[in-house]
Amino acid sequence: MRLLDALQYPLPIGGIVSILHRASGVMMAVLLPLIIWLFDTSVTSEISFDRFASAFTAGIGFVPGILVKLVVLGLIWAYLHHAMAGVRHLWMDATHQVTKEFGRSSAIATAVASIGLTVVLGAKLFGLY
Amino acid sequence: MAIQHGSQRLVVGAHFGLRDWLVQRVTAVLMLVFTLLLLAQVLFTAGPIGYDKWAGIFAQQWMKVLTFVVIVSLAWHAWVGMRDVWMDYIKPVGTRLVAHVLTIVWLVGCAGWAVQVLWRL
Repeated sequence: MRLLDALQYPLPIGGIVSILHRASGVMMAVLLPLIIWLFDTSVTSEISFDRFASAFTAGIGFVPGILVKLVVLGLIWAYLHHAMAGVRHLWMDATHQVTKEFGRSSAIATAVASIGLTVVLGAKLFGLY
Repeated sequence: MAIQHGSQRLVVGAHFGLRDWLVQRVTAVLMLVFTLLLLAQVLFTAGPIGYDKWAGIFAQQWMKVLTFVVIVSLAWHAWVGMRDVWMDYIKPVGTRLVAHVLTIVWLVGCAGWAVQVLWRL
């Protein structure tokens, strides 16, 4: 089968959650220095804490604050999706719940919960409440 | 004494894949526990969280120990995951080796930085 033929088949929701599990993991591994920088500046001192806080408004170096917020929003989603998809795997490992129906319904639950929580936390990040 | 079946390599005994599989799950559970404990401390802190309260969470000895364990877990977990990704998409042995080495350098470097931050609190 050529790749072009394979693309004719729609990816089931379980497949989408699976590839996003991988993508979110790679994203967090690549952005690890940013995560540690945020941890570093937020806990080291009051002065560094101000730098941490202003990263979301004034930005970091030449990177504008809005871009920092968007990247952090991406990280929030990546963490939530990765963790929830991981719990789904652990659940399947522990209970041997490997039916087609459970695969589909748990994948939908994972996607909905991670996106929903991202919206809630994202609204906080962007100061909507 | 392990039995060698013909010219095939021994398929059990060296934990081919099993240890990585288990490590990925154990480290995942540790990170989940850390996440929930950190979240609980943030939620049960009265009033707005400024520098003092936030840094105070990580200044407790038990939290430092847990965070240290999580930093090591994260690096190990990410190593297993990134190795899976390279094994799936990079076939030439040389290129894959370079990717593995760079990943180890990246993760060990990041873990070292995180531990340094934690240690001086």
